[in-house]
Amino acid sequence: MRQFTLLFKNPSFLISFVVFFGLVLVGLLFPIFVHGSPVDRLGCPFEAPTAHFLLGTNEEGQDMFVRLLFGLRSSLYVGLFAGTIATVLGVVIGLIGGYKGGLLDNVLTMLTNLFIVIPSLVVLILISNSLGPKGRSLEVVSIIIGATCWAWTARAVRAQAQSLKMRDHVNLAKLNGYGTTSIILMQILPYTLSYVFMAFIIQMATGILEEAAISMMGLGPYDSVTLGFILNNAQKAEALVNGDWWSFIPAAVLVTLLQYSLFVMNTSMETIFNPRLRKEE
Amino acid sequence: MAPILKIDNLAVHYKTRFGQQVHAVKGVSFELEQGKTFGIAGESGCGKSTLVNGLMALFMPPLFYTHGSVIIDGEDITKFDKERLRINILGKVISMIPQGALNSLNPTRKVKDFATDVMLNHHPEMNKKEIHELLRNRFALIGLDPRVLNNYPVELSGGMKQRVVIGISTLMDPKVVIADEPSSALDVSTQKSVIKMLMDLMDKGIIGSMIFITHELPLLYHVADDIAVMYEGKFVEVGKTDQIIFRPQHPYSRELMDAITKLSSEGERYDAKDKKGVVA
Amino acid sequence: MATGTPLISAKGLTCTFGHGKKKFTAVNKVNYVINDEEIITIVGESGSGKTTLAKMMLALQKPAAGELLFSGKAITDKHEHWRKVQAVFQDPFASFNQFFTVRSQLLACFNLFTEKYTVDQKELMIDKSLRSVNLDPDAVKEKYPFELSGGQMQRLLIARIFLIRPKILIADEPTSMIDACSRASILDLLLDLKKELKMCIIFITHDIGLAHYVSDRVFVMCKGEIVENDHPDKVIKDPQHPYTKKLLDDIPVLHKDWLRPAK
Repeated sequence: MRQFTLLFKNPSFLISFVVFFGLVLVGLLFPIFVHGSPVDRLGCPFEAPTAHFLLGTNEEGQDMFVRLLFGLRSSLYVGLFAGTIATVLGVVIGLIGGYKGGLLDNVLTMLTNLFIVIPSLVVLILISNSLGPKGRSLEVVSIIIGATCWAWTARAVRAQAQSLKMRDHVNLAKLNGYGTTSIILMQILPYTLSYVFMAFIIQMATGILEEAAISMMGLGPYDSVTLGFILNNAQKAEALVNGDWWSFIPAAVLVTLLQYSLFVMNTSMETIFNPRLRKEE
Repeated sequence: MAPILKIDNLAVHYKTRFGQQVHAVKGVSFELEQGKTFGIAGESGCGKSTLVNGLMALFMPPLFYTHGSVIIDGEDITKFDKERLRINILGKVISMIPQGALNSLNPTRKVKDFATDVMLNHHPEMNKKEIHELLRNRFALIGLDPRVLNNYPVELSGGMKQRVVIGISTLMDPKVVIADEPSSALDVSTQKSVIKMLMDLMDKGIIGSMIFITHELPLLYHVADDIAVMYEGKFVEVGKTDQIIFRPQHPYSRELMDAITKLSSEGERYDAKDKKGVVA
Repeated sequence: MATGTPLISAKGLTCTFGHGKKKFTAVNKVNYVINDEEIITIVGESGSGKTTLAKMMLALQKPAAGELLFSGKAITDKHEHWRKVQAVFQDPFASFNQFFTVRSQLLACFNLFTEKYTVDQKELMIDKSLRSVNLDPDAVKEKYPFELSGGQMQRLLIARIFLIRPKILIADEPTSMIDACSRASILDLLLDLKKELKMCIIFITHDIGLAHYVSDRVFVMCKGEIVENDHPDKVIKDPQHPYTKKLLDDIPVLHKDWLRPAK
């Protein structure tokens, strides 16, 4: 617990934490304050920002401010969903491989290495493309992202499990008659948690970025407005050439802000957690 | 003879995160002469390892200087700034063999490269070829096979690693070497070879004098000329080795001596007391 | 115990690690017999195979060949085996999971028992076991391992043995990580425990002094083999194997020359 109080005394962590959770709160709570639909035609195409349309309108006369809020919400949703899937997959595969060893570990390690060497974005593009536009809901996209990004977590967790299983408290748990599942959950997992938490944050950032990347290529979810989708629209409407800055800069800034806050959170956590890890060696 | 090292009423403290001060070393004084070994005995947590940092004037937060002096060659090194200390004193005049020496070599670099860095730190004017030649001669002189210079630390056994660390720590012919539990992680035969190496270095004049810290009193008996018994940050008793081991005065020293004699192969057996022995 | 089957007997016991060129024999065709209520000390340097030998007795390591019998029977049910054979490990700090309190660490032992106890009964038994190792239950039960000292944690490991009441205790360097003054008291605690439970204790150590003080028999291990198996006085005063002689020679003791003539 002392680590966490220290964490909140670290200014860079505090700032990034406030920025990220500020954005999460906005994504969650905006319907209370802002009414409007992201898809209804509310004004003329390409209106510049006014008091009524805070961030102007796009080529179809949709309210960009409302679209941005909805985009933020779905991007966060994808990040959380994909990040959770990737982290859970990575942790489960890493723990089982590292603790059990033997043939099972060899197979799992091979699988992990396979996913490390194959660029996940390429897999993502191929799967998204083959699913067709109607097959790509927000959830499906999240699952695909999650299923391709777990490998680094698995590798790191496996290494930790491998060294943790030699410890005497694991032997003691065996002598108490506990089985594999209980030992993995009670004796190994808690010691990897600080790492897993850091990995989860990075996975979340990856999820958001990958979704933005494939959406921008026009391979994103069909059923929601995401930040990537906004960027894709702006590109198709040649907003850059026309100088309609309001249709892409706010979305780009949001993606950057999300990425940056998550990465700063991760690195500042590392400085707090690592000396402790070193001491435990 | 004038002492090489004179410690006068040295005290250091830690600052905890919550702003409290913990006085780990509370006013320690002693002198060390050329060719002598000064032993410090005590339990873990008595302040031995903190004292080591104090002796080298290595005050890095959370460790702070309270008062006292560490005089080497007539100069009080607690008054030196960090850079001057690093360049002129540490490794050159006073050197330490760390407690966890087995892990103090960088696993990704050859022994040779690591030692070269140490040399360059003190002699930036030398080129690599000269240094390698010098290292080979030095290792041969102190009884280490010069071939280990081309090894990575993982390729060496525990005892060999420890001897390499000693070889590197004494490259600059330090006047004072502080050995903090140099053999506690090794088994008895390896321990003996490591201690023998330290003694030989003293005989050859490579090391001027030694401060030897351990909780193993029989070992200290064979190594030290004088012994200080440390307890809760203070020397409760300082004297000649024979006197401390066989005629300890302070109640704590006596307790420590009783504990070791009870568990030595020269002591009485447990079943001599009251056991109904069941021998096969 | 003159007649009947011995408590533990091993014949041609072998344990290897790795395959092919990297194959390493940790324990090599070892034979021994250990009787009821005996105190045995296994002495040897690191890498001599003494810890592997112990792990096989604890059913934490499978032998590659040979037989290992407990009261004439091979280990079939590990759960049942661990009721009878327990261990105290070297490093008390690494022996406890730092995420659980002392109470829950001790409650975990009840997993071994087939008897059912009520919560109150369990608490009483835990308190009793803590008191028998001179720990105050009210003071330590809610604490986490890292809030205790090394000596206290070692006591906690022994309290666990009080609770389980095994027939055989394997103590792997039980005193090497704690300081000299508490060392003797931990040993006395183990010996009291032995008297109360009438168990057999197997110490694993590189400390010949300890071996001499407590044991009925000393096994000296070298390169995976037991090279000496005799009464401690015999082993120390009249060692047979050259390795034992060297080992005894290398230990610094007060009344013998070591490295250079005694002062």
